[in-house]
Amino acid sequence: MTPDTTLGFDLALDLPQLAIRAAATVPGVGVTALFGASGSGKTTLLRMLAGLEPAGRGQIRLGGTCWQDDASGLRLPTHQRPLAFVFQEASLFAHLNVRDNLAYGLARARAAQVIRFDDAVGWLGIAHLLARRPAHLSGGERQRVAIARALLAQPRLLLMDEPLSAVDADGRDAILDTLEQLPARLGIPVVYVSHSIEEVARLADHLLLMSGGRIIADGPTNTILTRCDLPLAHGAHAGAVVHTTIRQHDPAHHLTTLAFTGGELTVGAVDRAVGSAVRVRIAARDIAIALNPPADSSVLNHLRAQVMEISDDPNPAHCLVRLEVGNVQLLARITHLSRERLGLAAGTAVWALVKGVAVR
Amino acid sequence: MTPATSLLSPADVDAIWLTLKLAGTTTVLLLLLGTPLAWWLAHSRARWRGVINALVALPLILPPTVLGFYLLVAMGPDGPIGRFTAAAGLHALPFTFAGLVLGSLIYSLPFVVQPIRDAFIAIGPRPREVAATLGARPLDAFFSVILPLARPGFLTATVLGFAHTVGEFGVVLMIGGNIPQETRVVAIQIYDHVEALEYTQAHWLAGGMLLFSFVVLLALHLLNDRRAQA
Repeated sequence: MTPDTTLGFDLALDLPQLAIRAAATVPGVGVTALFGASGSGKTTLLRMLAGLEPAGRGQIRLGGTCWQDDASGLRLPTHQRPLAFVFQEASLFAHLNVRDNLAYGLARARAAQVIRFDDAVGWLGIAHLLARRPAHLSGGERQRVAIARALLAQPRLLLMDEPLSAVDADGRDAILDTLEQLPARLGIPVVYVSHSIEEVARLADHLLLMSGGRIIADGPTNTILTRCDLPLAHGAHAGAVVHTTIRQHDPAHHLTTLAFTGGELTVGAVDRAVGSAVRVRIAARDIAIALNPPADSSVLNHLRAQVMEISDDPNPAHCLVRLEVGNVQLLARITHLSRERLGLAAGTAVWALVKGVAVR
Repeated sequence: MTPATSLLSPADVDAIWLTLKLAGTTTVLLLLLGTPLAWWLAHSRARWRGVINALVALPLILPPTVLGFYLLVAMGPDGPIGRFTAAAGLHALPFTFAGLVLGSLIYSLPFVVQPIRDAFIAIGPRPREVAATLGARPLDAFFSVILPLARPGFLTATVLGFAHTVGEFGVVLMIGGNIPQETRVVAIQIYDHVEALEYTQAHWLAGGMLLFSFVVLLALHLLNDRRAQA
């Protein structure tokens, strides 16, 4: 039986511009995104979990261990909480080279060692940097070292505060590739603060949506992304995340077929083995709706779907249609005119024509 | 005037040795006492922090004779320090080496505390937070992270504190007088030579002080430059 590693918290903090009142339960494994606009209190909440906000009050519990319960006067100082924190800017110790930065957390680990030095160095691809000083590293390299240093502290909870915001686009993509592999290797909860929906879609299994210091929604990533009553579904980047596996490659046409519970998606060639898990993103603006399967269309992907819900969009010409394909929710943004012509309503059986699929 | 050909007299050597002893003792004590004070000044949010900051800076602008005068009164038989030393069965402080050390501690305080305080402020809270999230206790974090990062500040503080104590004159004159091997430091010795029209001797000592000060400042610059490049 695996031990309980669930993170539960109920925290309050009054800042001059913002009152934070946040409670949630975070799954014990995998990445939970803490998502929201800037100023919504994400970073402050993350710092409260780490014990870095002295005025923060409430309860924090990780698995069977209570870290903080101000009602009974219990409060572990930061250095006694078996966590690691990756800050927005890398915050490497300038007086230590990369090797000594990594060793700093390892020497002070608060839990039994499960991540070895060479593993962390290998995962993050920093073996060639060990002798260098932080001043001689690029932004992306610094953040890789910071992540490796955090892992080597043998955390039972990994907190990451927009770790990629100071990294250029190429470096970001490479680090995201690495981060995608981490949850399976770690088996601990990761709380990842972000305001990039792209990062969230790529990494997070679970989503806490924050606004005005409160958690306004909490659930599996795709459920939250496609809920029409939440602001995420109405943004320019609204869309759904679908977990698929690679079914087959078609080298003649440079295409790959992905399978999920709702059917198949054919996309540009994906350079991974058959059977690999692939997360794809389908934007609301990339789905068209038809009542019959189109016989002569250039759109490759047709999915049998059911209309679940129709809601207004900020643009008065458009409406937002939530579709269920298999057990997966998708969003389609269409015009009110189309909705009237097709006579769409909750329960209508339709075909979703997927014009574009973003692989990772 | 005769050309400066004669070497240092035994009295000059005594004065130099005493000066180095005073400056060394003062600097070590100030680093030990000044570091916690600098830490408090850098991090406290107490309302009277401004008052303490002003008090620490006061020796910068106060005429040394004024400082020396008040110290003399305080150390005298009716002053608070004098009563304390009497009650504790200690020798009265005026005209002793211990008295000079106490005076120098106050006189050179800002030159040690301010660079260290500024270094702590420049480092900011982030390295401490990082160290805490990596499992370092506050004291551990101070010695393993803050102290090494603040090294340029400590270097400046050490050099300035030492050199400024070496150059002390007014305070020594007021509370130390002119006792060989006890309170007669180089600055006083130069003054004595000039009073006695021994310009050659004064030249040797004054020139030595000039050279010493220049070398100290040059070394400080070179060390800081090398660190900046490293």
